[in-house]
Amino acid sequence: MAVNTETMTINMGPQHPSTHGVLQLILELDGEVVQKATPHIGFLHRGTEKLSEYRTYHQIIPLTDRLDYLAPMSNNLGYVLAVEKLLGITDEIPERAKVVRVLMAELTRLKSHLVWLACHALDIGAMTVFLYCFRERECITDIYEKVSGARMTSNYFRVGGLSEDLPEGLEKEIRDFAESMPGHIETYEGLLTGNKIWQKRTIGVGHISAEAAVDIGITGPALRASGVDWDLRRDNPYSGYEDYDFDVPVSQDGDTFARYKCRLDEMRQASRIVLQALDKLKPGPILADCPKVTLPPKQDVVNTIEGLIHHFKIITEGFKPEPGEIYQSVEAPKGELGYYLISDGSPMPLRMKIRPPSFVNLQGLPQMVEGKLLADVIAVIGTLDIVLGEIDR
Amino acid sequence: MSDQAIVEKLKAKFSAAVLEIVEYRGETTVTVEKEQIVKISTFLRDDCGYNLLCDLCGVDYLGKATPRFMVVYNLYNIAAKQRLRVKVPVAEDDTNVDTVSTVWGTANWHERECWDLMGINFKGHPDLRRILLPADWEGHPLRKDYPLQGPDREPYKGRLS
Repeated sequence: MAVNTETMTINMGPQHPSTHGVLQLILELDGEVVQKATPHIGFLHRGTEKLSEYRTYHQIIPLTDRLDYLAPMSNNLGYVLAVEKLLGITDEIPERAKVVRVLMAELTRLKSHLVWLACHALDIGAMTVFLYCFRERECITDIYEKVSGARMTSNYFRVGGLSEDLPEGLEKEIRDFAESMPGHIETYEGLLTGNKIWQKRTIGVGHISAEAAVDIGITGPALRASGVDWDLRRDNPYSGYEDYDFDVPVSQDGDTFARYKCRLDEMRQASRIVLQALDKLKPGPILADCPKVTLPPKQDVVNTIEGLIHHFKIITEGFKPEPGEIYQSVEAPKGELGYYLISDGSPMPLRMKIRPPSFVNLQGLPQMVEGKLLADVIAVIGTLDIVLGEIDR
Repeated sequence: MSDQAIVEKLKAKFSAAVLEIVEYRGETTVTVEKEQIVKISTFLRDDCGYNLLCDLCGVDYLGKATPRFMVVYNLYNIAAKQRLRVKVPVAEDDTNVDTVSTVWGTANWHERECWDLMGINFKGHPDLRRILLPADWEGHPLRKDYPLQGPDREPYKGRLS
């Protein structure tokens, strides 16, 4: 009997639980070995960049929530920092606003990494971790709700500061949570790190070298796990990150297990930064004193005619940055999140380009799975930590 | 090496191709001729250490500047933690630009996106297909003359128009 040597083409997604959203992969298989993987994206395209050209700078903030919906405050942060840089008011942001931004950005990192770990472990067959991770994520979601009123689409940061101050008593809740987090991370590690099945499914799987990772543009923990010691928080600090003491976990192995270890270490560091931020938190203003950009206090709006006019002008007209262009990026949980803004002097950006980390990281997927087993594709999608909301924008 | 030194180095090597140098908010932007972009990119990567192409995008200056389009490359040097922005002007009647996906692999998808949404044609690209929109889509939505609401519909009359 002749041996059948044909390859088989199968379609994975866009409706598939382990593609983490609406990702479609066309896989060409030779038996169980992947010959070629072609990602198809765009199923969630909402035209964020086009929409933002028809909105004032303040009206764009809610659009950024919906990019990486697992880490909304990181997106908010990158965007407001970009607009502040464009306006040239970076130095005028009050200390309290900066500290709260770091606090929330690090909670966001924990939130995003918890979902990553939960789904990644679930995909490879470890069900328990999923439940534990979502229990902790729920605490952060509650904090989100108390801070911004929303559990996912936070829309909390404003150009010039914050939309409102932290509610009373929340600091203790955040501190309790951040202090408990290292213990929880131990639990996850106890379930996974020494687990023979976990090791077999992750060690050596989805390997990518440092050079290949830089060439393909991979950033964030996925790059650091390949041995490139680069973190924007430390190397190009923003929002006062230079005042915090934290380590940048790096691994040389470049495989799925290394990325897992790096992200877990990042979660430990994130809880450290949260505690430091809580120590730094002093009473003070939360909005910059830039009347042309920020809204007046509500007291003035309801009691004085000047305040009302001021409020009205900013809401209806927005503010007009002078013509120019800037690029600002932040270390989002998934990698470098960049905003490239061009102003032509009008209240709406001429162009806003978002550099989403997941979009670029996903480009590395074919390299990481071709020639490997079909089952490893699942592990690699999980380890890349993609969110289709920001890939498709 | 400071931004200034990089720019001087670039000017010394490609004096005819460097069109404009702008510094704004501490960021340096160099505008160069599009014919030289692959050579300049290779030079920036190999001799100046800009090993990471963070972002590549197209900008439409319809009615605001000529030539109409600009392709923007946001570069980063991981060792020196430095950024540089390179731009090439692209005329409306000739939207061809040489691909830099041979210089930085990451440009592959960025250029596909730029073709998809802005209609810049990257010559020599290994796989220039639409990436975000369906394959049979007509037009390039990020162009300024493409209506926000989509073709054949009432234009958006936002509160600011």
